[in-house]
Amino acid sequence: MEKQEYLNLYFQMVVIRHMEENAAELYQAGKIGGFLHLYIGEEAVSTGLVSARKPEDRVITAYRDHGVAINCGIPTKFIFAELLGKATGVSRGRGGSMHLADVSKNFWGGHAIVGAHLPIAAGLALGDQYQKHNAVTICMFGDGATNIGFFHEALNLSKVWNLPVLWVCENNQYGMGTAVDRASAVPEIQQKAAGYGMKSERVDGMNVMDVRKTGLRLLEEIRAGSGPQFLEAVTYRFRGHSMGDPERYRNPDEIHKWQVEDPVGIYRRFLIDNDIASETELDEQDNHSLKEIQEAIQFAEASPDPAPEELYQNVYFEG
Amino acid sequence: MARITMREAISKALWEEMERDPNVFIMGEEVGVWGGSYAVTRGFFDHFGGERVRDTPISEAAIVGAAIGAALTGLRPVAELMTINFAFVAMDHIVNEAAKLHYMFAGNFVIPMVIRTVSGGGRQLAATHSQTPDVIFAHFPGLKVVSPSNPADAKGLLKSAIRSNDPVLFIEHATLYQLRGEVPDGDYVVPIGKSSVARPGKDVTIVAYSKTVDTSLKAAEELAKDGIEAEVIDLRTLRPLDTDPIIESFKKTNRCVVVEEGWGTYGIGSEISSRIYEQAFDYVDAPIKRVHQADVPLPYNRDLEQLALPQVETVVAAVKEVL
Repeated sequence: MEKQEYLNLYFQMVVIRHMEENAAELYQAGKIGGFLHLYIGEEAVSTGLVSARKPEDRVITAYRDHGVAINCGIPTKFIFAELLGKATGVSRGRGGSMHLADVSKNFWGGHAIVGAHLPIAAGLALGDQYQKHNAVTICMFGDGATNIGFFHEALNLSKVWNLPVLWVCENNQYGMGTAVDRASAVPEIQQKAAGYGMKSERVDGMNVMDVRKTGLRLLEEIRAGSGPQFLEAVTYRFRGHSMGDPERYRNPDEIHKWQVEDPVGIYRRFLIDNDIASETELDEQDNHSLKEIQEAIQFAEASPDPAPEELYQNVYFEG
Repeated sequence: MARITMREAISKALWEEMERDPNVFIMGEEVGVWGGSYAVTRGFFDHFGGERVRDTPISEAAIVGAAIGAALTGLRPVAELMTINFAFVAMDHIVNEAAKLHYMFAGNFVIPMVIRTVSGGGRQLAATHSQTPDVIFAHFPGLKVVSPSNPADAKGLLKSAIRSNDPVLFIEHATLYQLRGEVPDGDYVVPIGKSSVARPGKDVTIVAYSKTVDTSLKAAEELAKDGIEAEVIDLRTLRPLDTDPIIESFKKTNRCVVVEEGWGTYGIGSEISSRIYEQAFDYVDAPIKRVHQADVPLPYNRDLEQLALPQVETVVAAVKEVL
């Protein structure tokens, strides 16, 4: 890997971190409506995985999608514009925080019904298989989604049809406020893949290089025809489920324990310890990221709202 | 022009579209090796192969969800749900995904998908397998809902549905597969979103769709014996709803009966009545009547089931009430 690639991963992670911190402030200021689910603490999962994909590989995720959108290459300003419901947003103010997508970047959303995007992911992979495209669909979802029927139907179908899907469970320890072991019959989520005869493994979701290496290997195997595989990335959600979460279900010590192992900090240490980048260089990335975020927010705030006549547009493709 | 059954007409439309466009494929329970639980796809598996005629597990959410995903990649899946009663377990994918993604992602997601399914009672299958809940699906903007009453429309509308870039729910009636009618050969297409006049008349407007068109045409024949000329309008598409022929007819007849096989409460009759009152109030000479299924889950017993469903006599009686 070239130095610039290492720096690029670091930059994406700090952009996500800064974006989310600023989004929280904008939410508290009443500028972002609806729900807001922050990706803070989970940056390494999506950054590592998406960095391992080829452009033809599709990415689809759930509603905690800001980070994934960044990793897929959507400019920060169009994400903030969407959060603010503006006409310049990636979904022209129709979707909001939970519904970011960009077909040109092979990023297929942003889906807000828990687990519902898993059968759709199977269909994306079916599309590639049918059209003989050698591409993999990377489908990310939370631990909470593995308890709903959609998950099981999608995994089963993907195995029966040998679809090129990498199922990635981001196990952040909680489905909203319910701990994994209170909601899932098996707290080690990857065990569920065994019921579908699917190869699975677990990775440290706080370590971007581990995620990336695992992703590269699994995507290559799937591309070579292994059929669907399952990856559980063990991570932690530093913030509440959404901005309206009183967090009565966990104590601050637990959060602190995980924050010591902050994915951004882990990667920063890795880059310095291995003489890949200096403190100064990484600080420059931090500053560059902060500047980009400020410009993005300015762009979003200066952007117009959608015109009233947009209300009735795109209900149907035809008429 | 050939006189064929509804089953043959639907089968022809599918076959011709699959021959025409390699992106069209079928997926669903028992569509392949079995030949379709209503025998619509008999012979397809041998001709087109298992890649294009895909047997699925009993897994409706996966069927509809995967069809959406495949459609997003540019394919034109025709997903089959064995009956509309099973659509409820795929409800999220039909109404929360198929109907919404195009709008929510500002037109960037395109879903050229058809869901074929079978509705209707009258076959002693008891409450869970006998429903006609078509109108529920017509409630959702973003979905197109089509339900033909005769073989020609079945062929023409299914071809339009397959070529449409919007998700279309194509509802067939379980007791109409043997219905025969003249069907134009070759590339015959009927546009979605256009009602038609199934029988012209001047004394009363009967609005119906799917099975109840047949019921209403038989009622119109009975009424003709008494010198009453009923005009029968076939909705053909429930969404987008085309009320033009209804309003035009009503302005002539000033009387209307709406016949649907589903329940009346919040039903199609309620919708059509409202539209008439909104658009042609000055022409109303009598209260608009609704004929529909009794407000009960359908029973197994044959006589009780038939008692609950709209019959020729009930339509005739309703017409006489408004005259």
